[in-house]
Amino acid sequence: MRHIISVLMENEPGALSRVVGLFSQRGYNIESLTVAPTEDVTLSRLTVTTIGDDTVIEQITKQLNKLIDVVKLVDLTDGEHIERELMLIKIKAIGAQRTEVKRTCDIFRGQIVDVTPAMYTVQLTGTSDKLDAFIDAIGASAILEVVRSGVSGIARGERVLSV
Amino acid sequence: MGVTIARLPKLFTRRGSEVELLSGGEMIMRALKEEGVKIIFGYPGGAVLHIYDALYQQDAVEHILVRHEQAAVHAADGFARSTGEVGVSLVTSGPGATNAITGIATAYMDSIPLVVISGNVPSHLMGTDAFQETDMIGCCRPIVKHSFLVRSIAEIPSVMKKAFHIAKSGRPGPVVVDVPKDMTAPTEKRPFVYPETVKMRSYTPALKGHAGQIRKALDLLLEAKRPVIYAGGGVVLGNAAKELTAIAKRLGYPVTNTLMGLGAFPGSDDQFIGMLGMHGFYEANQAMHQADVIFAVGARFDDRVTNNPKKFCPNARIVHIDIDPASIQKTVQHIEVPLVGPVGPVLADMVEMLNQMAVEPDQNALSAWWETINGWREKHGLWTGDRFIRRDKIMPQDVIRTLYEVTKGEAFVCSDVGQHQMFAAQYYKYDQPRRWINSGGLGTMGFGLPAAMGVQLAHPDSPVAVVTGEGSIQMCIEELSTCTQYNMPVKIINLNNAALGMVKQWQDMQYGGRYAGSTYADSLPDFVKLAEAYGHVGMIVTDPSELKEKMEECFAMKDRVVFMDIYIDPDEHVYPMQIPTGSMKDMILSKTEPSN
Ligand SMILES: Cc1ncc(C[n+]2csc(CCOP(=O)(O)OP(=O)(O)O)c2C)c(N)n1
Ligand SMILES: [Mg+2]
Repeated sequence: MRHIISVLMENEPGALSRVVGLFSQRGYNIESLTVAPTEDVTLSRLTVTTIGDDTVIEQITKQLNKLIDVVKLVDLTDGEHIERELMLIKIKAIGAQRTEVKRTCDIFRGQIVDVTPAMYTVQLTGTSDKLDAFIDAIGASAILEVVRSGVSGIARGERVLSV
Repeated sequence: MGVTIARLPKLFTRRGSEVELLSGGEMIMRALKEEGVKIIFGYPGGAVLHIYDALYQQDAVEHILVRHEQAAVHAADGFARSTGEVGVSLVTSGPGATNAITGIATAYMDSIPLVVISGNVPSHLMGTDAFQETDMIGCCRPIVKHSFLVRSIAEIPSVMKKAFHIAKSGRPGPVVVDVPKDMTAPTEKRPFVYPETVKMRSYTPALKGHAGQIRKALDLLLEAKRPVIYAGGGVVLGNAAKELTAIAKRLGYPVTNTLMGLGAFPGSDDQFIGMLGMHGFYEANQAMHQADVIFAVGARFDDRVTNNPKKFCPNARIVHIDIDPASIQKTVQHIEVPLVGPVGPVLADMVEMLNQMAVEPDQNALSAWWETINGWREKHGLWTGDRFIRRDKIMPQDVIRTLYEVTKGEAFVCSDVGQHQMFAAQYYKYDQPRRWINSGGLGTMGFGLPAAMGVQLAHPDSPVAVVTGEGSIQMCIEELSTCTQYNMPVKIINLNNAALGMVKQWQDMQYGGRYAGSTYADSLPDFVKLAEAYGHVGMIVTDPSELKEKMEECFAMKDRVVFMDIYIDPDEHVYPMQIPTGSMKDMILSKTEPSN
């Protein structure tokens, strides 16, 4: 199953490489990884999406917790949560294609953020599934370039991950 | 820019006492002193010269110059294993640091508390492929508990304090402190205040077990009809042998120890049913397999214990105490009562709670269980009956038994890796923890001699034996020179079978006796001459009848290094042996008893 694990860790050089190293060393899979400092500059927040059965996920969370730099973590998929991913996508848009792309973009509530006579650059946020669906709808032949941020997530309601 | 103390205004702490100004090199030495470190093991080089100069100018910490950085780490490791204190080594950048890697990995696999200080090139050269530059933090990442790169001189005291704290608390392990050369320059002085305590929000190892879980554990233990206590290296590391023995005695349950746990429960006690696992005792592995309740204490269900984890002890309900939550349910999944905490306090709490409860183990079931176990022990136990009598050749098992007799079970036995290691684990009875020193997790050939140096320095008046093979001993043999320099009278018991015996055994059993790369009989050195070349005593033993006498002679030379080159039966295999992919109980008992 796919899990989204959110990690608060010391904003120290080397901390990220310990997390990434742990995943490769123990053969855990990383679907996506995002990391940035938080409102508290001493802390970074890292979100990793990974796939594994319950035993693997249990080991992943335990091994992450064992890293000295990791302060706290939560498996967001254990409860109600919000997940978002940002995608920037360059799409061929010539002639009749232009309205077609625009319409698809509207349906998905994307925004066109850059335009040339031959292409649109679309910005889209949502769950990873939604971004996948948009890519499918546009079709591989029209896509020039895709960049995705990887998943960020947060728990629903009043639960917070903080120190 | 150089500043001298005289030109700087005096600094004061909040409490009004004067603050000293020290260079980074001096700070490192002072931090070691503050941590109570008396001995470090190291090897100099360009990147650590400032530190060595600071070392020269103090006398709280003695430095042992090894002959190879791998040995610097193994020696610190042996020191740590035999004392429970943090071992310290100091190595230079580049090749010094990479030479230390095997030692660090060895300590990591066995959770040994070490602080390894490595030099690095000056900060402004880092990342430029400078002379003798290695990304030590990157190289050692998967084999350390934690590592620090020193980024300012001022942080050295707090980095050192944290390094020691992390190394020895929780599940212990090696910590690397990588120090760029400019951080130790004698001209750059900063205020030195050594922190009294450490607080890290991201690191808070458990100090006690959960009372509810302890209760559950006891309830389950008391229900047992066929219990086994399976105790590992965590009991030794956690200084909990006394507590383990107390609860085992209180319950009257059989105890088996892992390779790393030998000595956690007295080896000569009747309740001890031997080591378990791949080359474990028949009775121990049978008991585990048939058990209805297993009490795992500071053990990690290593693959060399469980054999095929899917077939592991199918009927057992398991209680597992470990300081490391990640050890619980890592390989074996059916753990009924997980209990995270330091083994000593947890076991002490258990005994106390047990004394308050009015319930006792089922004595009828227990005596029937002991009868079964004693039956196994009589039939195939290694210590019952004389199983290895051969008069023409020296049997390796007899060498270890003789060692046990001659040293009256009181030696520190430091082993290398191979068949000799398994014999030393099987045939020496360890009545105390920290007497059996071996690389269990990584299985590092070359560990024995340097580790023994650390042990001997920590216990100058005790007999220290290196049980080794002619293969392993050649991997750190240069340390015979260190032994000369610092008068470390270790006794080397070389079980010479003229081959990489353990490899050869597998080739006998699984590769039709094709000895690919495992023999070298014609090119072995004359170990007696070699020992003598280093200023030591060498002895050859070829006749079984002279074994004991020669060994007595060896240990009588209390202040000499003695190298006993003992020619053993080269064809002997280590038994019993679990059948790969089988369950715990599936074992080969001898060359002629392929399976049971
Ligand atoms: C550094 C290292 N290299 C290779 C091995 C694999 N290995 C395990 S036991 C062994 C043979 C050891 O030979 P020796 O020291 O003579 O001991 P014996 O088995 O003959 O008693 C080897 C090569 C190892 N454990 N460590
Ligand atoms: Mg050999």
